Formats: sequence, structure tokens, C-alpha cells
Amino acid sequence: MVVDCEQVWREVSNYLDGDVEPRLRTAMDEHFRSCHRCAAVLEGTRNVVRLYGDERMLEVPLGFGRRLERRLLEESTPASRRTFLGWLVAAATALLVAGGIELSRTSQSDQPALRSQLAQSAVGVPPGLMVVVAEEGKMFHLAGCDFIHDKSNLRTMPAREAMREGYAPCIRCLKKYLETSVG
Amino acid sequence: MPAELSPPDNSAQQLHEQQLIQRTRDGEHELFYELIRPYERRLYAAAYAILRNEADAEDAAQEAVLKAFKNLRQFRAEAKFSTWLTQITINEARMRKRKEHAGLIEPIATDEERDGSYAPRDFADWREIPSETLERKEVREKLAEALASLGQIYREVFVLRDMQQLSIEDTAKALGISKASVKTRLLRARLMLRDLLAPGLGGPWSKQLFFEKGAKPW
Repeated sequence: MVVDCEQVWREVSNYLDGDVEPRLRTAMDEHFRSCHRCAAVLEGTRNVVRLYGDERMLEVPLGFGRRLERRLLEESTPASRRTFLGWLVAAATALLVAGGIELSRTSQSDQPALRSQLAQSAVGVPPGLMVVVAEEGKMFHLAGCDFIHDKSNLRTMPAREAMREGYAPCIRCLKKYLETSVG
Repeated sequence: MPAELSPPDNSAQQLHEQQLIQRTRDGEHELFYELIRPYERRLYAAAYAILRNEADAEDAAQEAVLKAFKNLRQFRAEAKFSTWLTQITINEARMRKRKEHAGLIEPIATDEERDGSYAPRDFADWREIPSETLERKEVREKLAEALASLGQIYREVFVLRDMQQLSIEDTAKALGISKASVKTRLLRARLMLRDLLAPGLGGPWSKQLFFEKGAKPW
């Protein structure tokens, strides 16, 4: 069995998925060995599949799960109970606001603005955990994290210090601490 | 993807899923989130493939989950729960897209799709883009741009099959098309992306991107 370039292009996707008959597969293997151009098509297509199949290619917005869970909870809770819960939440909010005003009178807030608007809060990260930060970065990481962009200019400090300076936790290396507070 | 968030892929997990469905139907509504949690990313991805906007995709995915919750009794055990959820999400996203673009008609299928032929544009040697470069945000953004430039029917199939790793059969069910159509659209999506990303052809960004700072990643 011999295949030409057009037949190869039609089947290259099935070939990558292992979805071609053994005879056709053998004929295509033979073709790729002798046709430089079709071999390039195969390698390029394989590269595309591998790149887009990487989970880093799909970034779900931070807090997506938490917001979904909250909305689901709202919708699945009976209205009467929701009203009661609503009152409870409103009362708690009022207390918090009052407390917050009182606190702001007596002390400066120790929660600086995060360096990235998209970052999630570091609630859940042990304050004493030693982390590293890059001077120009926005995140703090565990030492050795692959997602540190500028490894040439790092400082090591406790997480509480990094938070005070406005760094946000890396969602990769510190994920286990964040999942307890963020869905 | 962390193991605890991976979609159920064995019989024990499927049994657990069936039990959760039954318990949710019986009134333990708070369990529904546990049921859909392994599929959150997939639902968002499916909606994003159609709407191409984060906020709209999140809203559509949320709405779809709520519809699934309200209609859980209609779910039939012989179907896959994940496929059912994905179908609802795709329908929701498509409906929103239609409302947004009422009057604008996106072609359902092109002549090229019908006969399945597509000639790859570039015959130059493909230069491997290593997976490690995905750590760079600008690389991910450029790949996302290339994907966004495909027609909707190709994006849908590509995202479900190649990014969410659904089988051909599940992709066909989720999209309501035949397996043959999935294969044809997938072929074209892969080849078009390959063309877009081939250095120097339709992707002049690739040279600027990968050769900056004098460092060649390959």
C-alpha cells in the first residue's frame, strides 16, 4: 500500500490519535521516512497537540470555584432559610464594619495593596514559612519553584514579611495552602 | 491537574459519582458542588471556547451548573454525567453567543470541511516549540490568540478533545455532532494551528517572541 501527500494530510490527525488501520499506518510511516515535508507536518501537528494539551494553557480565573460554590449554595438553599441567613450575614457585616472603623481609628492597617490585582490573598499560608521573592516580581514562592521568573535577584524572608511587602502567593508551589481558603 | 480534582476515570469513582447524584436528588443539595467540582475546568473551557471572554465564560458555566442542578432528575444513568454537564454548558454558551450576535451568522460548515481536505500551508521544517516555554505568559497568550482566531466549530472540538482530553465519542455527544465531523474538524483545527504557529508563516510573532534576548529555546 502506497499513500501520497494528500492522503497523509487527511489522516495525520487520526495517525496521531492511533486511529488508523495497521496497513495505513505502515504506509504512512514509510511515507514520513521519505517525505521531508509530510514529516514536518506530522511533527508540527504533534507539537500543537502537546502544547495545547498542557494544563498551563487553560487558566481558570482565580476564585472561580469559590464563586461557583457560593452561587450554587445560594440557589440550592430554600428561600426562607436564605432570608434568615441573609439577616445573619447582614448583622455580621455590620459588626465587622463597626469593628473595622474602630480599628482604623487606633492603628494603621497592616494589609498592603497586592502588587497584582489578579492575585489571591495569602490566607492559609503559615506566616512563619520561609519563602523567596524576586525584586521585580509580584509573587512569593517556595525556594526552587519553577515559576520564579527572575532567579538572579532573590530575597528570602518569612511569608508574613512577603505579604507585608505586597507579594501574593504563587498559585503553583503554594497551592496546598491556598486550597483551604479558595475554591 | 491535582489528582483530587481529576475527573473520575475508574469504576470506583463512577460509583461514588452515582451515589452523590442519588443523594443530591434525595435532598442533600450541598453535595452537588462536590459532584461537579472535578469538571469545573472543563466547563469553563467549553464555555470559553465559544464565548472567548473570561467573564462571559464564567457566567455561562455558572448558569449551566445551576441548570444541571435544577434538572438533575432528568439525568439518565446510562449517560456520562460529565458529558451531560458539558452539553448543558455548551448549549448555554451557544445560546448567549447567538443572543450577542443576533443577525450575524457564523458558517456551520465550509466546503473544505465537507470534503475533509486541507492543505497545510507551510512546508518548511517545523521547529519544535518546547513545552517549557509555556511558563512564559506571553507564549501562552500567543497560543491562545492563535486558537481564538479559529472558527467556533473548530475551537469547540479542539478544546474538548485536545485541551480537555475527551474521547472522540464524548466530544461528539457533547457537541451534538457525528464522530466523523469531530475527526474532520479536529484535523483542520490542528493543521490550522500548526500553520499559524509555524515560524514565519502567519505567525511573525514567533520569531520576535522566541528570539528575544538572544536566547533560542530550541
